[in-house]
Amino acid sequence: MAKKLLLGDEAIALGAIDAGLSGVYAYPGTPSTEITEFIQNNKLARERGIHSRWSTNEKTAMEAALGMSYSGKRALVCMKHVGMNVCADAFVNSAITGVNGGLVVLAADDPSMHSSQNEQDSRFYAKFAMVPIFEPSNQQEAYDMVGAAFELSESLKVPVVMRVVTRLAHSRAAVTVGEARDENPLNVSRDSWVLLPGIARRKYVELLGKQDAMGEAAETSVFNRIEKAEKPSVGIIACGIGYNYVKEAAGNQFDIVKVSQYPIPAEKIKELASRNDSIMVVEDGQPVVEEQVRGLLGAGYPLCGRLTGDLPRTGELTPDCVAKALGLPGGPVFEPAKNLAARPPQFCQGCGHRDVYTALNQVLATYPDYRVFGDIGCYTLGALPPFRALSSCVDMGASITMAKGAADAGFFPSVAVIGDSTFTHSGMTGLLDAVNENSNIVVVISDNLTTGMTGGQDSAGTNRYEAICVGIGVDPAHVRVVVPLPKNMEEITRVIREEIEYNGVSVIIPRRECMQTLQRHLREAKKNAK
Amino acid sequence: MKKDIILCGVGGQGILSIATIIGEAATRAGLNLKQAEVHGMSQRGGDVQSNLRLSTEEIYSDLIPLGRTDVVISMEPMEALRYLPYLAADGTVVTSSKPFINIPNYPDESALNAELDALPSAVRLDIESVAKDCGNARGANMVLLGMAAPYIGILSVDQIREAIAVVFARKGQEIVDANLKAFDEGVKASKN
Repeated sequence: MAKKLLLGDEAIALGAIDAGLSGVYAYPGTPSTEITEFIQNNKLARERGIHSRWSTNEKTAMEAALGMSYSGKRALVCMKHVGMNVCADAFVNSAITGVNGGLVVLAADDPSMHSSQNEQDSRFYAKFAMVPIFEPSNQQEAYDMVGAAFELSESLKVPVVMRVVTRLAHSRAAVTVGEARDENPLNVSRDSWVLLPGIARRKYVELLGKQDAMGEAAETSVFNRIEKAEKPSVGIIACGIGYNYVKEAAGNQFDIVKVSQYPIPAEKIKELASRNDSIMVVEDGQPVVEEQVRGLLGAGYPLCGRLTGDLPRTGELTPDCVAKALGLPGGPVFEPAKNLAARPPQFCQGCGHRDVYTALNQVLATYPDYRVFGDIGCYTLGALPPFRALSSCVDMGASITMAKGAADAGFFPSVAVIGDSTFTHSGMTGLLDAVNENSNIVVVISDNLTTGMTGGQDSAGTNRYEAICVGIGVDPAHVRVVVPLPKNMEEITRVIREEIEYNGVSVIIPRRECMQTLQRHLREAKKNAK
Repeated sequence: MKKDIILCGVGGQGILSIATIIGEAATRAGLNLKQAEVHGMSQRGGDVQSNLRLSTEEIYSDLIPLGRTDVVISMEPMEALRYLPYLAADGTVVTSSKPFINIPNYPDESALNAELDALPSAVRLDIESVAKDCGNARGANMVLLGMAAPYIGILSVDQIREAIAVVFARKGQEIVDANLKAFDEGVKASKN
């Protein structure tokens, strides 16, 4: 038994390796990225040849993991919360097919949207698919739970969701780690996973039949417990890291049902309700449990939480909002400073995206009206001053299809800006739609040869973007490559102008390496030269 | 006994290496530790902070409550001010005195300094000059750590010093010595 100082993400990664993982499948996304990176760099994982290469998107990741599970081995899929939307089709149906080797789907939620465009709660997805959830309250549980999740997945033959939030994913603490279990042997499923209606109906009934066992597992889980106070008053249901804030603020003052495994442990919650006059639900994210407990206890039982406004409806929980909701003292001593300005993130010095926006703005300013539809990545910062270049950023790939829709509506000029990694993630299919209708759009694939926003992971299509676009059907004469540097501004603006004036699908690929990865590569080269 | 520390600055200034060293020292001293970091978008030139909690008892929350921070350690003076609502009544601010200006509306420097000086306990120093003077221009964060070391309390200055040697060991003795020198200069400046 060794102790290691680990990020929540790293604890999950090591927990998975030690649980006999055979493959992690993921697309980078804050706050989940470090899980896969840890496995990529782990010695044992390398020795065992555990699959850890990045997938093109969350859907391909989920499906490949399901294939590994089908073959009897343990697979982990990791993503940020919005990745659940991308893989939802595969995920929801994996509950119907069931699994063979253990399958854990790790969703890292981002309440407060530190690095995201919404704060959707992945527990809804698990409930929708009718599968169990594990939600660790600390790094040790994160490590321990991965193994428990694989065990449960294999015993009930269902995928299991593990849900974390940013504050656990990116917080470090000491974790006691155990011995590494062997990987499962290859043992390909002999069941039919063909979800034709006749089979799917039978399998759906099977899934429904497992619900009681899932409930029983949560009721007896070592991760769920009732803590009894000397004088019960308000009972608290504390989910995931919500438990920490309750303990920080109130110690042993209240009865607590700690919930870290779902479905909600109904018997424990009923006991809590009978011992106390009212219940408060403390959960990070959306009021998933509060709604369910309302149903469990009925409209007459005094219940509060995020829905009642006792805790804020939006944003992550903090020790402060929890203490306030519990009526406990605390708060600031000093007033907020007067001489303080916001410091938003910005493009790195020398970043090629800067030159792309400078050129775009210069050309587009000569048109009476124009729109640039943006996408997800570092280049979304082009929406902020000084560029103010973007009108939209919705989801991975939406730049191309929204530009197409605007062009369909008759708007001109309609421009899309998308990064290289985002393009292969979800932009290619939209480009095919545009090609099939010869839509009058300009697609700028700002290619920095990496997945930059999340710290420089491999990008799935590097060195193949022209070939991909031509293969999809874009006229090779309108696939233009430029080098985004200030000295090339004349050429870049000329190319942009020509392609805007061309009536059809154009792709412009400004290509120059990300400053972050360039500096890393230079450091490595210097080190190797020594 | 416990100590709650906020490390802050601008993305890319190296606050996480300070966190790593204090974390190493705390682990070697057998203390409980939680350290919440900021990853992702704000690392691109935005404000960044890390909550570092050290205690002899179990630590629950990864985040420090308002009004409870013992030491704010900042690589940038305006960033130090951002966390005043988190500072405890008897807390200390240890900060670099040199502004990092990458925004058009950076506040007036003298007003900013006056606000820092009005705090019950605040230390500021041009850590970059000190680092340059001792021949380690990239060691400004070690100067800052040296300045803060006497205020951390739950760890001795020597325990933190030892952790620097451990953390930088794989980079060679030369780098270790340069960082220790920068740290020592910081400690000296703090005492004066």
